[in-house]
Amino acid sequence: MSFSEFIAMNGRGLYVWGSYGMALLVFVVEIALVRHRRKLTLKEIRLMRDAEGDR
Amino acid sequence: MAINWFKYSAPSTFYALAGKLAPWFAGMAAILFAVGLYVGLYVAPTDAVQSDAYRIIYIHVPTSLLSMFIYVVMAGYAALGLIFNTRLSAMMASALAPTGALFAFIALWTGALWGRPTWGAYWVWDARLTSQLILFFLYLGFIALHASIDDPRRADRASALLAIVGVVNVPIIYFSVRWWNTLHQGSTITPKGVRMEATMQVALYAMFLACWAYAIAMALWRVRSIILERERATQWAQELPEVRS
Amino acid sequence: MMGKLSSSGLLALVVRRDLVLAMRRRADVLTTLVFFVMVVSLFPLGVGPEPEMLRKMAPGVVWVAALLASMLSLGRLFSADYLDGTLEQMLIAPQSLPVLVLGKILAHWMVSGLPLVLMAPVLGLQFGLPAQQLGVLALALLLGTPVLSMIGAVGAALTLGLRGGGVLVSLLVLPLCIPVLIFGAGAVEAVAGGMNYASHLQLLAAVLVAAAVSTPWVTAQALRISME
Repeated sequence: MSFSEFIAMNGRGLYVWGSYGMALLVFVVEIALVRHRRKLTLKEIRLMRDAEGDR
Repeated sequence: MAINWFKYSAPSTFYALAGKLAPWFAGMAAILFAVGLYVGLYVAPTDAVQSDAYRIIYIHVPTSLLSMFIYVVMAGYAALGLIFNTRLSAMMASALAPTGALFAFIALWTGALWGRPTWGAYWVWDARLTSQLILFFLYLGFIALHASIDDPRRADRASALLAIVGVVNVPIIYFSVRWWNTLHQGSTITPKGVRMEATMQVALYAMFLACWAYAIAMALWRVRSIILERERATQWAQELPEVRS
Repeated sequence: MMGKLSSSGLLALVVRRDLVLAMRRRADVLTTLVFFVMVVSLFPLGVGPEPEMLRKMAPGVVWVAALLASMLSLGRLFSADYLDGTLEQMLIAPQSLPVLVLGKILAHWMVSGLPLVLMAPVLGLQFGLPAQQLGVLALALLLGTPVLSMIGAVGAALTLGLRGGGVLVSLLVLPLCIPVLIFGAGAVEAVAGGMNYASHLQLLAAVLVAAAVSTPWVTAQALRISME
């Protein structure tokens, strides 16, 4: 099977790749959001610790 | 060797444990996805009836099943949190919810894209997809309720009660939707339209395990952030190496 | 408070009290009813007055409107008592909280749900429903609207005092009300199709009983969670 045939999926390529593409997108976005949340939280803790250190 | 389980119900200890476990589950997920996608998209034969569109089931079925499974686990943690008053249980429920909701969304999206070439329409209001949609609403309700309450304890307990009420109602809702569907002579769309060969089964199992491992990794990572948020005023949190750097 | 009251005595007391309070604010009662009528009337304006289509749509439309009207009226269930401190007293009172809650739900239904039951046949006529369907519609609503009040009570208790009010409660409660909608509208549609409608009503009755035995207790727990 050639690569172009693989992508075409017998004419159903739009649906197949539209499905897997969305799943991939969701996973990527979810991972990014989790990492972002962690970063924000760490920053907040840093601020709190520095604030207490100033006292 | 006796494992002191109660040690791990303390957020600070669980934080470390989750940090160690998550990468393993993530790695497992990556490998399983690679295997599942390779077998499902490349190795497995084309279906005689549904052509290559059937390959969507390798992502649709696992995410759909897992969205239901995660909801039950979420409700389980919610119940534990209410009964034993453990904060960590409630945090796990909150950590699982977004992943479950996103799986439900993927199931709906892929279900629609599978429906179009196979049955002619993106959405045919069959019992399964309609129930999936309602499950998605239940997830959103849980997340919305938790987000609407400022007091963390009240938020945990209220959304926990909601999750338990939801999980008890899911069978009733599913029954009623199937009832409704048969009354109106709707179509019943199940993956059983595809004859399952060995390679197909391998791909399906691999993808299911991949999604399951992914969900655990996400939940563990997310609960770490939740723990940090709740414990940000404590000494152990402020003295973490990742905070210093 | 009085000396040892039986559960039914307590129930009657709470129902009477809430009804008296509701009668002082008659406008609230009427707004729910007017909303119900208005929503139902919007549908023909949206989809056109073709009689056959309206007749087919009628059960679903009336039921959805009843659901929405129920959701809107929920804010009134606990808010007054919450704001003036009565709810707090109820929580620490020796009397059974689930019984008190059931009384409040009952009174709330009599004020918000029962009018819908009585109004529905009139609206059904607007949609050209024949007499037998009107009867089944009213009966189904009679069985179903209490369930809507009961499930709604859980949502109202969980969202006590929160901003976002009515929309949040609806988001939480509407999915749980879907079985009632399906069985209720289905009963009328079964009549229209000449089929047996008894099973739908039996399912509704079963849901009503299940809700009646479980929701007062769950709502009581939800109130405790919201108020501690």
